[in-house]
Amino acid sequence: MERAARRALGLLNRFAPALAFIGLLILWEVGCRVFKVPTFLLPTPSMIVAGAREQTFAIWGTHLWATVRVALMGYLAAICVSIPLAVALTSSKLLARTLYPMIVVVHSTPIVAIAPIIVVTLGASDLPRVVITFLITFFPIVVTTTTGLLSTPEELIELSRSLRADRSREMLNIRLPYALPYIFSALKISTTLAVVGAVVAEFVAAEQGLGYFIQFATSFFKINQSFVALILLVTTSLAFFQFIGLLQRILAPWSLPKSER
Amino acid sequence: MTSPPSVISFNGVNQTFTRDDGATVSALENLSFEIGKHEFVAVLGPSGCGKSTLLRLTAGLVFPTGGDVSIYGAKVTEPRDDIGIVFQRPTLLPWFDVLGNVTFPFRHKYGRVTQAEKDRAHDLLKLVGLEEFAKARVEQLSGGMQQRVGIARALLLDPDILLMDEPFSALDALSRDEMSFELLRIWTERPKTVLFITHSIPEAVLLADRIIVMTPRPGAVREVLQVELPRPRSFDSLSDPRFNALANHIRSRLFTRQAV
Ligand SMILES: Nc1ncnc2c1ncn2[C@@H]1O[C@H](COP(=O)(O)OP(=O)(O)OP(=O)(O)O)[C@@H](O)[C@H]1O
Ligand SMILES: [Mg+2]
Repeated sequence: MERAARRALGLLNRFAPALAFIGLLILWEVGCRVFKVPTFLLPTPSMIVAGAREQTFAIWGTHLWATVRVALMGYLAAICVSIPLAVALTSSKLLARTLYPMIVVVHSTPIVAIAPIIVVTLGASDLPRVVITFLITFFPIVVTTTTGLLSTPEELIELSRSLRADRSREMLNIRLPYALPYIFSALKISTTLAVVGAVVAEFVAAEQGLGYFIQFATSFFKINQSFVALILLVTTSLAFFQFIGLLQRILAPWSLPKSER
Repeated sequence: MTSPPSVISFNGVNQTFTRDDGATVSALENLSFEIGKHEFVAVLGPSGCGKSTLLRLTAGLVFPTGGDVSIYGAKVTEPRDDIGIVFQRPTLLPWFDVLGNVTFPFRHKYGRVTQAEKDRAHDLLKLVGLEEFAKARVEQLSGGMQQRVGIARALLLDPDILLMDEPFSALDALSRDEMSFELLRIWTERPKTVLFITHSIPEAVLLADRIIVMTPRPGAVREVLQVELPRPRSFDSLSDPRFNALANHIRSRLFTRQAV
C-alpha cells in the first residue's frame, strides 16, 4: 500500500515537467479557442504545427543552417580570440593594463546599435554577421577565463617555480587546466549568446536565417510560422548547450560540479 | 667541538617587502641559524613573523634584501633540484589520479613521465601508506591522505632537503598526531634534512631535534632549543616529563612581552 503510493509519487516526480508542459499546451489551445484570440496575435499550438507544414522541409533547413552557421563561426572565433587573450592578460601586467580598458569599452558598446554600421563596413556576406556574433560572445569568455587563470593556488605556482619550469609550462600544465571549470561554464553561457548574436545580425541584414525568417513572416502576419522559427531557435540553443556539456563530460569530467558528475 | 658542515645556513638575513601602496614591511631582521645534515629542525613563531618567508628564501623562491642564505656552502641564487616542498594545503591537481599527482613534478620538469619514475612513485605511495590508492581520484581522499600524497610528491625527485610549511595545520587533531608519527617513520626510513614550520608547540617538540623560536615581526631568532627526547619517539614521548617541561618553557617564552 505504502510502497504503491511511493511508486506513484516517484513516477509523478519523473514526469512532472512533461505533464506541466502538456498541460500548458492544452490550456493555451483551449484558451485561444474559448476567448477567440485573433490568430495574428497568438496562434494556437495546433496552428503552429500547421505552420510548420506551410513551408517545405528544405526551406526550414536552409534558414536553420544559415543561423547555425553564423552562430558557430562567431562562437569559434570568440573562443579562438578570448582564450589566448585571457592568457595574455594574465601573463603580463602591462598587457592587462593596456588591453583591459579596451575590452571593457568594446563590451560596453551596445552591439545592436553598431550592428548596422558593421554591416555597411563589412558588406554583404556572412562576415558582418559573424563579427556581430563574435562581439556579443567573446566578453564573458575573456572575463571568466581570466578569473579562472588567476584562481590557481599560489602553492602550485611556487611548486612550478621551485622545479624551474618556464612560464609556458606553468600556463599549460597548471593554470589552463585549473581554469577549465571556469572556461567550460563560460562556454556554456556563450552558446545562448551566440544564437542571440546570429539572430540580431540577421535582423539587421540577411536574406536567410531564422532571425530573418521571423521578421519576414511577422511582416506578413504569419505569426504561426514565426513561432515555428522560434521553436527551432530554442532547440538550437538547447542542443548547443547540451553539446558543450557533453564535451565537458567526455574531455574533463573532473571539472564538472560535484552535483553533475 | 668541531661542528659538521651545515646544510642550510642563514647569515644575517634581512627581508623587507614593498607593498603595493609603496609602504615597506620588514619581515625578517638579522636572522642567523645553521641546520646540519639530516637534522630535523622545527621553526616556531607567532603568525606573520616571517616563517613562510624563511622557507621561500631557503627554496630560492625569494631572495634576501640583506645577508645571505647558503645551502651546502653555496649561496642560493635559484631554486635547487635537491629540495622538496610540502605546503600547508596539499593543493593536488584534480585532473590527475593519485599516481599522476605524485609523478607531476617529473612530468612538469621534463615534459613526460618515464616508467622508472612511475615505479618510484609507487614505492613512495607504499612509503606513505597509500599503495592501494594509486588510481584513486584526489577528491575521494581525506585531508590526511591528500597530505600524504603531498609528501610523496615532495619526495619524488629524491631531495636531500625537505621544507614543510605547516603541513598538518589543516588537519583535525587526531589525523595530525597520526601524521606526525608517520612523518617520523618516513624520515627514519629516508633520512633528510628537514625544515619544519609550525604553529604548534607540541608538534615541534615531538618531531624536532632542535627548535628555532622566533620573535614577532620582524622575525628574528629568539631562542634555539635542543630537544632532549630519545628517538624513536612514540606516544610515550608525549607523557615524558621532559616533553612537558620543554613545551611549557616555549609557551612561557612565546607569551612574554619582554625581550629575551
Ligand atoms: N610577497 C609579499 N609582499 C609583501 N609582504 C609580504 C610578502 N610576503 C610576506 N609578506 C609579509 O611578511 C610578513 C611575514 O609573512 P609570512 O607569510 O612569512 O609569515 P608567517 O610567519 O608564515 O605567517 P603565518 O604563520 O600566518 O603563515 C607578513 O607581515 C606578510 O604580510
Ligand atoms: Mg606562513
